[in-house]
Amino acid sequence: MTVYLLRRLMQALLVVLAMSVIVFVGVYAIGDPVEILISPDADQIERERAVRALGLDRPLWEQYVVFLGNALRGDLGNSFVFNEPALKLILQRMPATLELAFGAMFLAIIIGLPLGLYAGLRPNSPVSKTIMAGSILGFSLPTFWVGLMLIMVFAVQLGWLPSTGRGDTASLFGLHWSFLTLDGLSHMAMPALNLALFKISLVIRLTRAGVRETMLMDYVKFARAKGLSPARVTFVHVFKNILIPVVTVVGLELGSTIAFSVVTESVFAWPGMGKLIIDSINVLDRPVIVAYLIIIVLMFITINLIVDVTYSLLDPRVRLESKGT
Amino acid sequence: MSDATLNGAASAAPRQEGVETPFRRFVSEFAESRIALGGLVVFVAIALIAIFAPWIAPQNPYDLAQLDIMDGRMEPGTVGGAGFTYWLGTDDQGRDMMSGIMYGLRISLSVGAGSALIACIVGASLGLLAAYAGGRTDSVIMRLVDLQLSFPSILVALMILAFLGKGIMNVVIALVIVEWAYYARTVRGTALVERRREYIEAAQCLALPTRRILFRHLLPNCLPPLIVVATMQVARAIALEATLSFLGLGVPITEPSLGLLIANGYEYMLSGKYWISFYPGIALLITIVSINLVGDQLRDVLNPRLKK
Repeated sequence: MTVYLLRRLMQALLVVLAMSVIVFVGVYAIGDPVEILISPDADQIERERAVRALGLDRPLWEQYVVFLGNALRGDLGNSFVFNEPALKLILQRMPATLELAFGAMFLAIIIGLPLGLYAGLRPNSPVSKTIMAGSILGFSLPTFWVGLMLIMVFAVQLGWLPSTGRGDTASLFGLHWSFLTLDGLSHMAMPALNLALFKISLVIRLTRAGVRETMLMDYVKFARAKGLSPARVTFVHVFKNILIPVVTVVGLELGSTIAFSVVTESVFAWPGMGKLIIDSINVLDRPVIVAYLIIIVLMFITINLIVDVTYSLLDPRVRLESKGT
Repeated sequence: MSDATLNGAASAAPRQEGVETPFRRFVSEFAESRIALGGLVVFVAIALIAIFAPWIAPQNPYDLAQLDIMDGRMEPGTVGGAGFTYWLGTDDQGRDMMSGIMYGLRISLSVGAGSALIACIVGASLGLLAAYAGGRTDSVIMRLVDLQLSFPSILVALMILAFLGKGIMNVVIALVIVEWAYYARTVRGTALVERRREYIEAAQCLALPTRRILFRHLLPNCLPPLIVVATMQVARAIALEATLSFLGLGVPITEPSLGLLIANGYEYMLSGKYWISFYPGIALLITIVSINLVGDQLRDVLNPRLKK
């Protein structure tokens, strides 16, 4: 097990290193930040001074080594635009994104589970067919367009919910959170639902498949034969057993929810990391782009590592297989 | 050589009405689902509109001489200065939205289908190679596939466009890099089963060149799942391109796809002028859903496990 863990950890580190090279070269080998950052009226001496101050005159590999050294010390460079540490900018906006992502996951479970359960228990009823058709729409509708439609209906036509921003925030553990105030919650409702749409469809499908499979199991038949009430069979015998895989998959989707929040945040002007990266790409604020990509890649690799290790704990075959190759 | 003579003989043979050929069986099985058939009809109609847009659109939305700024932001159904009705309204430049959507469909469909086709060629070739060569080649290619698939598509596309900048070609490159792995994985899975079959062994015994075995013997037998994946991926590519263009990272303003049209209308939507965003969105929606319906039915028809 230790060997497997170490091997897996080494692989993850290699991937991080490879990704950092790709990101750095990709971002720094294209375009010319001098053109964007320094006003065209500046004379030659001013330009050179600025280039030197930003370290752009050195060869690319040297810039990378300096970047890597600094990155290990938690310094991912200063934003060209805000003139603040890129890491700080991203971390400042991270709570907003995390809040949105967790809100979306929460909605996915409380909406998706009951609908999926119903569709699984009565697969042939018209309501179930509607639910399943709706879940296909949830998979195929582009997120940003649904977001626009939500704004159109609930903010513009009905005027029930605010269309953009985070609203009032309350502070907890020194960070600002929207979900602690009523105004914040009303701002969060639409973006969270928008981000959750895809996950709701996923949970519905998983739950339905799980219920239909479990209903055929011998222990469910036996519980029924014992004369237990249908409610008890459904909620104790069936529900408990499908909950674990559903929650696991939803947990795995956390990373992709955070990545897809880029779209939702742009639609609803939600001040999170996703909005920051889109703005930064548009003005070529490279330290922020690099820092965002590095952080999100690290996050994904960590999530994947945790998943793999958990699986290998649960299923020894995974461990043995990787030893063989 | 033998292929050619066989095909020639088959097509020369007199065909009687009602004889069940694999193709006819495929068509009749596909037509069993009315919804899928409807999806196919709608999709063909959309494709025709996109192809013939310059001839059937009421105006060329990118010919400035035809635009009248006085007609800007007109409601659907109003008659403009040029003398024809703007059935879907106009945008802030006085462009007819219906013409804009027809031209936008051209860009969306060509980017979506083009990138799916290139990704299919790249992915299928690598997948075939991985399955056929095995060993180190296989594990290197599949590692790449795993790595790629462990990141969400939007993140990979975002990363590549952050490197390359805007532009239609760059969007196509990003979409190809996002999608090739799906094709590679699908083809490899099928090819691993197929390559153990006797006909491959026979081809090897004939000492045919590897390229010929891969593309003339192995590939045709991996086609059914590949077609299903390709159909679905076209829809995904169109949706992803629209998303990227909406975020301002996709196609340039001079060649707006549906996503960019929707983005253009976004600021006016808050003041109640919904049509600038709404109708391009509906066009996008119909396109994606119709392709998905066709893909869903293709999967059922082409899946041997579901055969009665």
